[in-house]
Amino acid sequence: MTQQGVRWTADQVLALAPDAASRKAGSKLGAAGPWSEAGCADEGTVWGLCKGSGSKPYQTVVDIADAAGPAYKCSCPSRKFPCKHALGLLLLWAADEAAVPPGQVPPWAAQWTAGRRGRAEEKKAGDGSGAPSGSADPQAARRRAERRAERVTAGAVELEQRLVDLLRGGLATAEQAGYGLWEETAARMVDAQAQGLAGRVRELGAIPATGPGWPVRLLEECALLHLLGRGWLRRERLPDGLAATVRSRMGLPASADGPSLRDHWLVLAQYDTADPRLTTRRIWLHGAASHRTVLLLSYGAAGRAPELALPVGLSLEAEVSAYPGAGQPRVALGERFAPPAPAAIRPPGMTTSRAAARYGDALREDPWLESVPVTLDRVVPAPDGDSWQLADADEDAALPLTPTARSRPGLWRLVALSGGAPVRVFGECGHQGFTPLTAWPEGPGDAVALC
Amino acid sequence: MTRTSAPVDAPGADAWEGLVTTALLGTDRRTPPGTAPGRDAPVALLDAAAVETVRRRAGLRPARAAERPQPAPEDARPALPPAAARRLAMLLADRPGPSGGGRRGAAPDLTELLPQWLAAANARGFAPPPQALPALLDAARGRTDLRPAALEFAGPRALWMARLNADWRFALRATPGGGAALPHLEDDDRVQQLWQEGLFAERVALLSALRSREPAAARDLLATTWATERAEDRLMFLDSLRAGLGPDDEPFLEQALADRGRNVRATAAELLSALPGSALAARMAVRAEACVAIDHLQTAQSPGTGLVSKGPGGTTKSTPTIAVEAPHECDPGMERDGVVAKAPAGRGERSWWLGQLVEAAPLGTWSRRLGGRTPREIVALPVADGWQGELHAAWCRAAVRQRDAEWSRALLGDPSAPEAGGPGAVSLAERAKLLGTLGAAERAAWVAGFIAAHGLSEAFQLLGVCAVPWTAPLGGAVVDALNIARDAGSYPWSFSGVMGLAERCLAPSEASRLDALLAVPDEPENASPGAGGYWAEAFQRLVTTLRLRAAMAEELGAA
Repeated sequence: MTQQGVRWTADQVLALAPDAASRKAGSKLGAAGPWSEAGCADEGTVWGLCKGSGSKPYQTVVDIADAAGPAYKCSCPSRKFPCKHALGLLLLWAADEAAVPPGQVPPWAAQWTAGRRGRAEEKKAGDGSGAPSGSADPQAARRRAERRAERVTAGAVELEQRLVDLLRGGLATAEQAGYGLWEETAARMVDAQAQGLAGRVRELGAIPATGPGWPVRLLEECALLHLLGRGWLRRERLPDGLAATVRSRMGLPASADGPSLRDHWLVLAQYDTADPRLTTRRIWLHGAASHRTVLLLSYGAAGRAPELALPVGLSLEAEVSAYPGAGQPRVALGERFAPPAPAAIRPPGMTTSRAAARYGDALREDPWLESVPVTLDRVVPAPDGDSWQLADADEDAALPLTPTARSRPGLWRLVALSGGAPVRVFGECGHQGFTPLTAWPEGPGDAVALC
Repeated sequence: MTRTSAPVDAPGADAWEGLVTTALLGTDRRTPPGTAPGRDAPVALLDAAAVETVRRRAGLRPARAAERPQPAPEDARPALPPAAARRLAMLLADRPGPSGGGRRGAAPDLTELLPQWLAAANARGFAPPPQALPALLDAARGRTDLRPAALEFAGPRALWMARLNADWRFALRATPGGGAALPHLEDDDRVQQLWQEGLFAERVALLSALRSREPAAARDLLATTWATERAEDRLMFLDSLRAGLGPDDEPFLEQALADRGRNVRATAAELLSALPGSALAARMAVRAEACVAIDHLQTAQSPGTGLVSKGPGGTTKSTPTIAVEAPHECDPGMERDGVVAKAPAGRGERSWWLGQLVEAAPLGTWSRRLGGRTPREIVALPVADGWQGELHAAWCRAAVRQRDAEWSRALLGDPSAPEAGGPGAVSLAERAKLLGTLGAAERAAWVAGFIAAHGLSEAFQLLGVCAVPWTAPLGGAVVDALNIARDAGSYPWSFSGVMGLAERCLAPSEASRLDALLAVPDEPENASPGAGGYWAEAFQRLVTTLRLRAAMAEELGAA
């Protein structure tokens, strides 16, 4: 099943790098010089010996066909993952067919891949047969869930009280109260195991410093927080889908138990956001047959990239299953049937008016939604005072770019790609505007990552 | 985005304003619109605000489009092959690291390869992928040495981008005419108009472009306004005649010899002296000849250089020797012909004048003047009274200015001669310039011979004028010399300059010859500690870089 298919592009390989330093170090090793006995096999193994500063070369092997994403093994002492040797080897493989020719897997590499795949098979078999682990005592589990719900309820009630106090005294006082008030409230919500509330509360604290118009934004966020708290307290009376949305917005754990959907998934975008404790990776996928756009979330500890990496422009055949909540795009990746391979398909696009309406519709299912993923067709990036917008090529309508998008270097790649002509752009469209993530030229050409 | 126009029965924008005002002041001070005051007022306010917030967000509509930018001009060049485009992205992603020392590890320095990559891409006439332009412009902004090649490669869309981003304005300045396209040179009216009305930079660009195509037309254009131009501008315009200089330019240059501006006069004289058939060159020849003669009566100063005379006397032990009688004054005629009367501090006036006369005299003069000897024979003649340095240096300048290969060869001498490595009558800097007048193969062969005889310590400057990639004999000589330096036990960073040049200039096909040097050798007793390992690393980097360059060239279709 695992034909290796077309070799990846260098960009796609570099997207696997955990940080900029590794990208740079890997690039330098992506030439034939230090490598010897390199090769690749049809089942998706790439291997090679890389001369380092020591007398013994490093043994590097990558399994690109693994269902859970590329797996790496290198005898170097680096703690980066993948290390520069693995990146360099993949770059060489991507660029130079002669340097990494098809061949017989050497024993040292075969041993490792066989071991890995064996373990993966065992794990899969184990998952399939037995009952879900950790639920040996359903009664105890239910009691735990009830206790947690009680604590979250207490948190929601307390937050509601604080919001009422705030509104009674006026938002103007919030500007003077500063960050401390919100940090303390957020800490209380963490204690109450309501992570979703804690995160929103922390963001409230930053709003008074965001410049003109902050009272409007603060009132909006307070009102949505209030709406979420009330939604939780009355969740029994909500429709199932909305109740599930409220639960997930409150930060309660859920598992992706939706029906699985098998499709050829085109990787639309991959980007990381980092806070001091956690790196969050978002990967947007578009189903070629289902036309669904779904989101994979994965996490890495601070300073470490999440392991799942799907470079933009590749497509993979796989099953995904949705997390609960009406209209939620988040899915979990299930079985993969083929390793990711380059694909020339593009998602169909729409006008800016349709995109704005799409966001409005989605709020019906989830009023807390910041944005929805959409692909705009035939839009032209145009300067608009200090800002930029994406203007429809064929009608007098435009979406402004979000402040985040304006400060990214990707903006200029988008402008350069367009050159004043229409382009197709995938991104997130919401009440703050549009954040472009990937673009395609009007004519033939590869996807250009903007984030 | 703009807010939608509200439905008829909706509270609308006024209601939202009311909610915001109340929220700011607090419900204790103000009652929210449409509710009763009291304990529940904040909750009522939050309820209403939540409804309004979702309503406002759900009702968002696109904004009106701003004025769209003019489309970027078409780039007619073919697109880069995909592999080359990926390579470019990689070269641009590499930023010079903080380490500045000679120990650079075994990995190639990609930033050093960017200039070469750009030159190859420009030579093949490829257009860049548009999405690479921001990184390309950033690279050109940070490195002025890259600018011309980077901007040429970046093409018209980069200038279009530069108008949209203040960080890249330099591109508009760096491109002649501020990015404005030159008129078709066949379009006489447009050419005339730009020449009459254009900015200085545009006019220089126009003149240079015209000169490279039709030298005479450019000169005629310049002549139409010459009398009214400012002195600094005249100097710049005159300088553009350097390209494609020919005998036809003589009348115009003669006229410029009478210019009001001293620098203009000097430039005109310099250009005329590069035309051996010009009247100025003839006048200078007469003056120079008066200063230099063969003295048959002089006895050889040093037996080592003694050439036995073949003159009519035949049997005397005396050797023909060049006698120099430097000018005693700088007359107005000399000044008019561009001789600068005032010597710089520390130089004698007479030798200063002599140097200028000899430099400006056609080299063909000397064979006639000095008994029909060839340049090689003339250079070999002893010079009396310590004038050799002055005389040979002036001949060097003349050979470079007149691009005379035969004289250059004579003055360069034999690369393996002991004085070639200095100090000699001709300095290394002068040798480098003389090499510039020779063909690429001959140049490389001379430098190869020099390195074989004198090693690498003085070779850097000479290697700099050799064509890239180096010829096989030159590359072989450099590698052999590095190998010798390694065996001598010194550290490789004493040779980091040459090593860096080798990474950029050695022919990629030489990589296989280096394989034997990659191993860490046994350390000789007198070697610097650990040097062998560092040498292996340096050769490793050299080989890796050469392989990378071979891959780069192949990707660009320039095998």
